[in-house]
Amino acid sequence: MARAVMYDNIRRAGTFLASSALALPLMAMVAPGARAEGMPQLDFGNPYVIGQVVWGAGIFLVLYLLLSRSALPKVEKVLSLRRQTIETDLGIAHKAKTRADEAVADLHEARRKALADAQANVDKVVEEARLAAARQTEEMNARLATEIQDAETRIAQARGQALASVREISTTTAETLIHQLSGIAAPADFVTAKVGSAAAARGL
Amino acid sequence: MAAGSSIDALGQFELHPVLGALGESLRFSQSPMMMIVAAIVVLAFLYVGMRPAAVVPGRLQSAAEMCYDFIHNMAVDTIGPEGRAFFPFVFTLFFFILAGNYLGLLPFSFAFTSHIAVTLALALMVFCLSIIVSLKVQGAKFFAHFMPAGAPKALAPLLIPIEILSFLSRPVSLSIRLFANMVAGHVMFDMFAAFTIMLAGLGFFGDIIAVGPVVINIALMALELLVGALQAYVFAILTCIYLREAVAH
Repeated sequence: MARAVMYDNIRRAGTFLASSALALPLMAMVAPGARAEGMPQLDFGNPYVIGQVVWGAGIFLVLYLLLSRSALPKVEKVLSLRRQTIETDLGIAHKAKTRADEAVADLHEARRKALADAQANVDKVVEEARLAAARQTEEMNARLATEIQDAETRIAQARGQALASVREISTTTAETLIHQLSGIAAPADFVTAKVGSAAAARGL
Repeated sequence: MAAGSSIDALGQFELHPVLGALGESLRFSQSPMMMIVAAIVVLAFLYVGMRPAAVVPGRLQSAAEMCYDFIHNMAVDTIGPEGRAFFPFVFTLFFFILAGNYLGLLPFSFAFTSHIAVTLALALMVFCLSIIVSLKVQGAKFFAHFMPAGAPKALAPLLIPIEILSFLSRPVSLSIRLFANMVAGHVMFDMFAAFTIMLAGLGFFGDIIAVGPVVINIALMALELLVGALQAYVFAILTCIYLREAVAH
């Protein structure tokens, strides 16, 4: 406020000074001896030399007043309007940038969250698949074990049956061989006893 | 111009009344007429240039704004924050002198800055302004500047008159610098133009040789364009420097 008052005072002093320049011709008159032959500028006896100073002071004062009160404030107004426009636009741009940054941050957060959710879902599905596979494997193993057990039982039965037929087949084969080789019909009890002892020796 | 075999290079600075009897009675010569033209040119430049008042300026508006910024920066950078108050004064001074210098370069025109009375009046105006501002801002401390700080008191009888003389020489140097530069330029223009006319009177070879001074005058025009701007700048910057000293506490 005080500074504005000071500027105003200084401005007024400038106006006063420009007005006081009207008195400058009087100062110029104090050098009447400065007239030099050949230099019209130093011919202070010429009324036009002093007249131009008076006119000059008036013209300068009018120019100063028109410039300081009208023309220059007009330029200042345009410049301050531009400054204001630029500042406003910059403010809008800054706000837009802040909003864009926030949107990007939100996007990154959403992306990160989606990625985490997707990973969790994948992990869950994989775990479920693993459990299902394990359950299926277990069931299959149980079924296979049952089937193996049944197969082994059937094999044991077949083996038992097969082993049970071995003595009979062996006895018949031995009787046939003896008959074909010797032409003698070996007694059945004798052949059966011999086959029985041979089979027992082999653990059959 | 050339009168017979002699050259009257100073005749161009003579003042003649314009507007007939009215001009004669009002002591209105070609000098104040060119001052009015200069003022109109400066005002027209700003008013026409700033008429669009566009946020994105055209060429003329840009030029007007650049001129405004140039002087504003000069005033504020040199004087300080107080320079804003003096900006219109420095602007008026700079463009009044610049327009005067440049208008004087046009044929059949007149450079009012080639008159010591005008430049001295301008310099005295600056000088008086700086004294008034000094007394207003610094009060009696203003007179302390005539005794350099730290100097032995015994030297005061010698230093104070020297400082006062140096201070009083400011308007003299300020006015003579501008006046002398303008006069020298215009005298040289006249001299070389007169050479051309005199050589042209010597026949065929004279016509050929007469091209030389014309070429020199073209080069001089470029030099004078530089000098005209430079002198206006020097006048304005020295004004700012004097005002800075005046507002310094």
